Amino acid sequence: MIEVVAIGGSAGSLPVVMAILKALPSKFDYSVILVIHRLKNVSSEMERILAGTTDLQIREPEDKEPIKPGVVYLAPQNYHLQIEADRTFSLDYSELVNYSRPSIDVTFECVATIFKEKAVAVLLSGANADGAAGLDKIVRRGGVGIAQDPASAEYKLMPQSALDRNKEISSQSPEHIVNYISTITSLPNRKK
Amino acid sequence: MPERNLSNEELNEILHLIHRTYGYDFRDYSKASIKRRVMRCMEMSSLKTAYELKFKLANDPEYFKWFLEVMTVNVTEMFRDPEFYTELRAKVFPTLASYPIIKIWHAGCATGEEVYSMAIMLKEEGLLDRAKIYATDINPLNIEKAKKGIMPLQHMKNYTHNYIRSGGRAEFSDYYTAQYGNAIISNELKKNILFSQHNLVTDQVFNEFQLICCRNVLIYFNKELQNRVINLFYDSLSPLGYLAIGTKESLLFTDLRDKFETISSENKIYKRKKGIANNK
Repeated sequence: MIEVVAIGGSAGSLPVVMAILKALPSKFDYSVILVIHRLKNVSSEMERILAGTTDLQIREPEDKEPIKPGVVYLAPQNYHLQIEADRTFSLDYSELVNYSRPSIDVTFECVATIFKEKAVAVLLSGANADGAAGLDKIVRRGGVGIAQDPASAEYKLMPQSALDRNKEISSQSPEHIVNYISTITSLPNRKK
Repeated sequence: MPERNLSNEELNEILHLIHRTYGYDFRDYSKASIKRRVMRCMEMSSLKTAYELKFKLANDPEYFKWFLEVMTVNVTEMFRDPEFYTELRAKVFPTLASYPIIKIWHAGCATGEEVYSMAIMLKEEGLLDRAKIYATDINPLNIEKAKKGIMPLQHMKNYTHNYIRSGGRAEFSDYYTAQYGNAIISNELKKNILFSQHNLVTDQVFNEFQLICCRNVLIYFNKELQNRVINLFYDSLSPLGYLAIGTKESLLFTDLRDKFETISSENKIYKRKKGIANNK
């Protein structure tokens, strides 16, 4: 069974993120982790914007908070979001990674390490290569890696970097991604 | 690209070696961050295996100095989280004003940006002359930099923006002089600040304070160490003294959550409840 669905996105990713949130069932037994690049010093309304699209609970986790199933977590502005072996979040305010904080690579690498084949990760539109190394690691640890079809992305570089890096990452249109995620609960993992 | 990897056992061996050889104890730091930072050090110094790193650490104290510098997080800014400063000014300063001497501890002050922010606010509220700020950090190089109060001029635009949003009352540029691409903090702000090295993991209580600021430091510790450090803060606060932690940090996972009253849940400002001794 899938335990975590991790979604990374940057410029141009918001419409897809919102479509995914809308399509999520009202109850699901995995955790969703969103890492979306945001402006650094403008107070971000992201949590509110996303909450407006869905009845689901969306939380910016606090440091050392345990990860629970059925919750959508949003990486807080200006922190890297990491996951510890005891399945708690830990935050990090250190240097930018790939010019980004939160960095998608940082979170995806933790997801790969902790959840291995029980992880699904999706990398959406964006104008830099953050997330490509992380998605690669998720696939190498037996998880499912999906990149938004670059042709459908407002900014191709991010999904394209991941696809260039690992041939096992599948390229899918936003509609397919939304469909796939909406059916995930009953989906046995391919390597189980 | 080959995957540079570090197993948990290797990481633990490295942390033990550092503790044995140099006395710095990173063993209770949160694993995800410390692993990333150790791997970053390896990458920057082109070391491929844990064995090479251990050899270098064991035999080269100069390398360790550099390693410590990279390992400890030094990312900070002036008036970071402006809303925090607004609340501190409104909810904490009026009480601080009632003390003849105001003692403040900035624990984990990195290169001092937040300490100078505090000094500016104290000055604007007419409290700086009565204040004694103890600013400490684990990393001696940070302390050296913090004492100098020199920062790249290009950061000042962002800091000015933060300062205005925090409710600053003057011209931000009044507080520094620009020279050769740097901003030099004015001496007036420095005179009541004592910078010194202190290790939250191994060192003890050294004074009693009315306000302790320790923002975005506890996130690097595991739960056990967080608990220990919050106890250290509790013991270092005067009754009804204030504790400020990072906006995404929490006392919820510590033993002492009931011994603090929440002043701001948004900006994580707490007040020590009365009680004289900490009966652990």
